Amino acid sequence: MSPVELQRGQEVARTIRRLAHEIVESNGGAENLVLVGLLTRGAPLAGRLASAIEAFEGACPPVGRLDVGLYRDDVAHRDPPPPVRPSDIPLGVDGATVVLVDDVLFTGRTIRAAMDAIMDFGRPARVRLAVMVDRGHRELPIRPDFVGRNIPTAPSQTVEVRLAETDGEDAIYLMEGTDSHGEH
Amino acid sequence: MVSIEPAAPTATEPEEQPTPPITEDPAVWVRKDLLDTDTLSAEEIDLVLETADAMAEVRERPVGRVATLRGTTVVTLFYENSTRTRASFEIAAKAMGADVINLAASGSSVGKGESLVDTVRTIEAVGADILVMRHPNSGAAALAARHTDASVVNGGDGSHAHPTQALLDLYTMRRHVGELEGRKVVIVGDILHSRVARSNLWALRAAGAQVTLCGPATLLPQSLRTLPGYEGPGGCEVTTDLEGALTGANVVMALRIQRERQDQGLLPSLREYIRQYQVTEERLARANPGALVMHPGPMNEGVEIAPEVAHGLRSVVEEQVTNGVAVRMAILYLMATARRR
Repeated sequence: MSPVELQRGQEVARTIRRLAHEIVESNGGAENLVLVGLLTRGAPLAGRLASAIEAFEGACPPVGRLDVGLYRDDVAHRDPPPPVRPSDIPLGVDGATVVLVDDVLFTGRTIRAAMDAIMDFGRPARVRLAVMVDRGHRELPIRPDFVGRNIPTAPSQTVEVRLAETDGEDAIYLMEGTDSHGEH
Repeated sequence: MVSIEPAAPTATEPEEQPTPPITEDPAVWVRKDLLDTDTLSAEEIDLVLETADAMAEVRERPVGRVATLRGTTVVTLFYENSTRTRASFEIAAKAMGADVINLAASGSSVGKGESLVDTVRTIEAVGADILVMRHPNSGAAALAARHTDASVVNGGDGSHAHPTQALLDLYTMRRHVGELEGRKVVIVGDILHSRVARSNLWALRAAGAQVTLCGPATLLPQSLRTLPGYEGPGGCEVTTDLEGALTGANVVMALRIQRERQDQGLLPSLREYIRQYQVTEERLARANPGALVMHPGPMNEGVEIAPEVAHGLRSVVEEQVTNGVAVRMAILYLMATARRR
């Protein structure tokens, strides 16, 4: 089966804007908010959310990026192993509302690793989770606070979120077969 | 990426460079052991240095450690004295969450006459995953690696190789001068006995740097001139003329004059060495502005390097030590994850 396109271009942009509004509404403003994108595609997504928040709120929350490779429980099962990259977390995670941002939520293991990782940078008052796509099949008791789209999938399928910054287009695809960066 | 058995570690034999694998996928570490830099491809070196970047960031965090290597046991076995290499490996292993056991030859059954191979097998039998080894004889790490399923990291063997030192040197250079392709790196001192010079040479050539080895004729193996590509890019120049060598240099690395080796009559006198080969401010004026000054330590200040140079603005000697931890974390991580697959 060839990839099925679920969303593209302006639709993706609208979903991001809605997520940005939900985050600010839930936080009661853009104060004390830190957006942390999980590498690879969570990072540009966090940047987009921050720009959207700045556009309607007039204040841009600090944005960080987090690599969870060193915190994963499945390093041995991933072939090839993902490269480990430096994280860049803004100062002032202590006492802040940290929103973890990722493209696809699947088993929850990446988020488990991300929660461990972010605690090494300080003690956030709250940690929230924003994802572009929730595709189900959780293996851990983790749920997202902000969801772009719920997409029911079979375990054998892959959801790919493509972003202009990393892939040259904004689009969401559903594909058959698992792939190496099929996360999550 | 095929793991290649290293050639017999004769100090001056020219080595065949393996053809780098053609692949678009990111490099993956598949080696069981790290014995020298001579068989590392440019991609593998990049992988180590990029992973080290991530490790350096971990070290800067409020909690400068992770639990990634929980359940991995690292044993350091040192038959020679060492401060920085051993401490650096121990800190690196602990920062990755591994268990570390330090063995010194003097405090172990080695003192009772146990052979190297028996010692290594015993260490494996008690559950070591990675063995970091230093030994006064060239080839000792390769011998150990052949007799154990544990991964062996060469922490220095005789005058043969010191791969983690070379990798931390490349990491430090790259942080300051960027890509090493075409950069001029001058290594000055006792090239003949230096495992640091040799491992740096292979790694720097793989990275495309222009290497100049400089020292008195008695401490300069002439056979290095027979290296393939001796004069081209990625080649290596061998000279006794320090002033000429320094002209246009981007990096100047001074090596320790190993006083314990100077009873062999290879140096007429220490004073003459100092007069001709000490790295001084005056001589450094010939190098590129902003050229880096490096030294693998421990330094004999006032012998191979003038004190004001050793602690001058261009010196990154202390940073080399700091970077050593991040680079060794990267190597332990890559080797441990390769073992788990």
